[in-house]
Amino acid sequence: MEKGGGGGLETELRLGLPGGEVEKNEKKRVFEEFDGCEDRAAVHKNQVVGWPPVAVFRRKNSFNEGKLYVKVSMDGAPFLRKVDLTMHKGYTELVRALEDLFGCFGIGEALKGDEENYEFVPIYEDKDGDWMLLGDVPWEMFAESCKRLRVMKRVEENGVGLHAKDLLKGLSKED
Amino acid sequence: MCMFQSVMNYFPEEVLDHVFDFLTSHRDRNAVSLVCKSWYSVERFSREKVFIGNCYAVNPERLIDRFPRLRSLSLKGKPHFADFNLVPHDWGGRVYPWIEAMAKSRINLEELRLKRMVVSDESLELLAKSFPNFKSLVLVSCEGFTTDGLAAIASNCKFLRELDLQENEVDDRKGHWLSCFPESCTSLVSLNFACLKGEVNVAALERLVARCRNLRSLRLNHTVPLEVLQKILVQAPQLNDLGTGSFTHDPNSETYVKLKNAMKNCHSIRSLSGFLDVNGRCLPAVYPICTSLTALNLSYAPGLFSNELAKLIYHCKKIERLWILDTIGDKGLGVVANTCKELQELRVFPSDLYGVGNAAVTEEGLVAISAGCPKLNSILYFCQQMTNAALITVAKNCPNFIRFRLCTLNPVVPDAATNQPLDEGFGAIVQSCKGLTRLSVSGQLTDQVFLYIGMYAEQLEMLSIAFAGDSDKGMLYVLNGCKKLKKLEIRDSPFGNMALLSDMGKYETMRSLWMSSCQVTLGACKTLAEKMPRLNVEIISENEGGAGEGEARLDDRDRVEKMYLYRTLVGPRTDAPDFVWTL
Repeated sequence: MEKGGGGGLETELRLGLPGGEVEKNEKKRVFEEFDGCEDRAAVHKNQVVGWPPVAVFRRKNSFNEGKLYVKVSMDGAPFLRKVDLTMHKGYTELVRALEDLFGCFGIGEALKGDEENYEFVPIYEDKDGDWMLLGDVPWEMFAESCKRLRVMKRVEENGVGLHAKDLLKGLSKED
Repeated sequence: MCMFQSVMNYFPEEVLDHVFDFLTSHRDRNAVSLVCKSWYSVERFSREKVFIGNCYAVNPERLIDRFPRLRSLSLKGKPHFADFNLVPHDWGGRVYPWIEAMAKSRINLEELRLKRMVVSDESLELLAKSFPNFKSLVLVSCEGFTTDGLAAIASNCKFLRELDLQENEVDDRKGHWLSCFPESCTSLVSLNFACLKGEVNVAALERLVARCRNLRSLRLNHTVPLEVLQKILVQAPQLNDLGTGSFTHDPNSETYVKLKNAMKNCHSIRSLSGFLDVNGRCLPAVYPICTSLTALNLSYAPGLFSNELAKLIYHCKKIERLWILDTIGDKGLGVVANTCKELQELRVFPSDLYGVGNAAVTEEGLVAISAGCPKLNSILYFCQQMTNAALITVAKNCPNFIRFRLCTLNPVVPDAATNQPLDEGFGAIVQSCKGLTRLSVSGQLTDQVFLYIGMYAEQLEMLSIAFAGDSDKGMLYVLNGCKKLKKLEIRDSPFGNMALLSDMGKYETMRSLWMSSCQVTLGACKTLAEKMPRLNVEIISENEGGAGEGEARLDDRDRVEKMYLYRTLVGPRTDAPDFVWTL
């Protein structure tokens, strides 16, 4: 996945909230990125919402016979579970399903605020092999690129909680 | 006026009425009603079928007022790009107000055809109970209903001939809607429930098929197993159109042999689809049917190999319409080109949306088809790559295209051989195909391609653009050149205010314009809305806070994420949700 210039691409092509997250002046259009970009042809198809233009009904009913099971691991749990992403319409439902599966509560907290300490941090591995925090991209884009899920549990040391980004940092070092 | 008109006025209205009976196309009837007041009057009282391409262009009251003898209504709701998740849920397009109004006015509704509309169970129940002669319900790409609504239709519509559900999102309550057809129902001619997810009562299905001797079209869903299909075919060898459910079984079993025999006995099947779950080794059972097939849809058949597909198609010498997955490969398309000399319409869908892409079909397959199939006039082609040379050859081979839709899996991929934009290739298509009415372009494209489109595509009615063009000039070429343009949809392209505002009157000659992720600003949209009161200019925001919050945040210089404008006789709609702001 492209970093830097690609970052602009990612922000612009999604169904994201306008105004709040990206400065108005910095809003760039996809084609502006392309003009300057050497790998103009390197737009990952799975970063573009609604492309290729295959009807939603066909997407849901042709590929993987309409089911998308991915493995979910929870830190500390002795075995993994599987969840069908096509059964859920969004992050809230998915998180609830995960909470049911593992009998816990609060998996969704990390998706809401940004400076809090969480007990759980839900992350997923995408098509490029990168570990991503759940919730950044529109649901459909996530479902299309998620290979597996992991719910990380923070371990308290010295009574200090870990932030989501620390956990992710630790993870990328492992890989 | 002229002498001709006064001569025509000597004819009593009954004669005019009779003459108008021969006019079946909507366009002809619309044209006739513009001739003079008396023709308008005769025409409106005699019109039974009405087609409304945008449900918000008029309202139910005006429809009923003008056409009191309405029997058959066809309505379209959401914009086309809703198919690709570009329109938020709850945007609109509810059918209930239409059904309610027609019920109140005691319209003798017999047929209802809806596309991209929101259909609630309440609507279906009201429909089922309000129109005693109701005969035909066709729902295409709709949503909002459950099998309970279908149960209401089955239970109450005594003379139902057609229930055709195509690619709808239906909440399957796994009830027994199919069992709700009473034993007295023998009128069914067409039943299509392929898009439903849940099981149906197969015994009820078999009995229904057995007693509906006029049944011509039957499309099953994936829960109906092969054993049941076999029994159904024995009961209904008269079918013209068959959609199999699941098509997998042990090819060495007795059931399979029985199926083969049943199929041999079906001499009337001209259209075949389904195979929603399929074992390639079971396909030979359909070979006897293949020889007379004119339409074949294998686009929902998972996991068939190119050679299995090719073997099947080898038998389909009369095919006119073929929908297939790109797993067929260029080689398989070569077999199609050699075999299917009657082919008119081809659709090749992608099988692997999110993977690496195994170069399943390329420009080679398309060129082969164009060379081998002289009657080809309609194509939808998803491919890994394309070249200008190939498109130029295709244009030369097939000057008869009326619909040409090309989708490269990477939206901005250049010519695979020369690395140039694909402008020249599409230019050749529009120049050669003088009858082209629908076009979708993709790949790397500059303003040049739009110059060609504006110059040559004189009959073009619908154009889809994505990630293309360099400047406002591109859009201007199209708006100025394509006189018959009805629908223009654009995403992620650098067209802005200058193009949008250059010829505002043009939009009243069109059904609609969609622009998303382009360069138009709120200020320009406001200007347009102010100057053109007979257009609805909708700004669709993604902000869940609602357009109120969106309004506060957006300033006139800000770009608008999604704009949808359409001509209308009835002003801003009253059912717009929070996130839709009609200027």
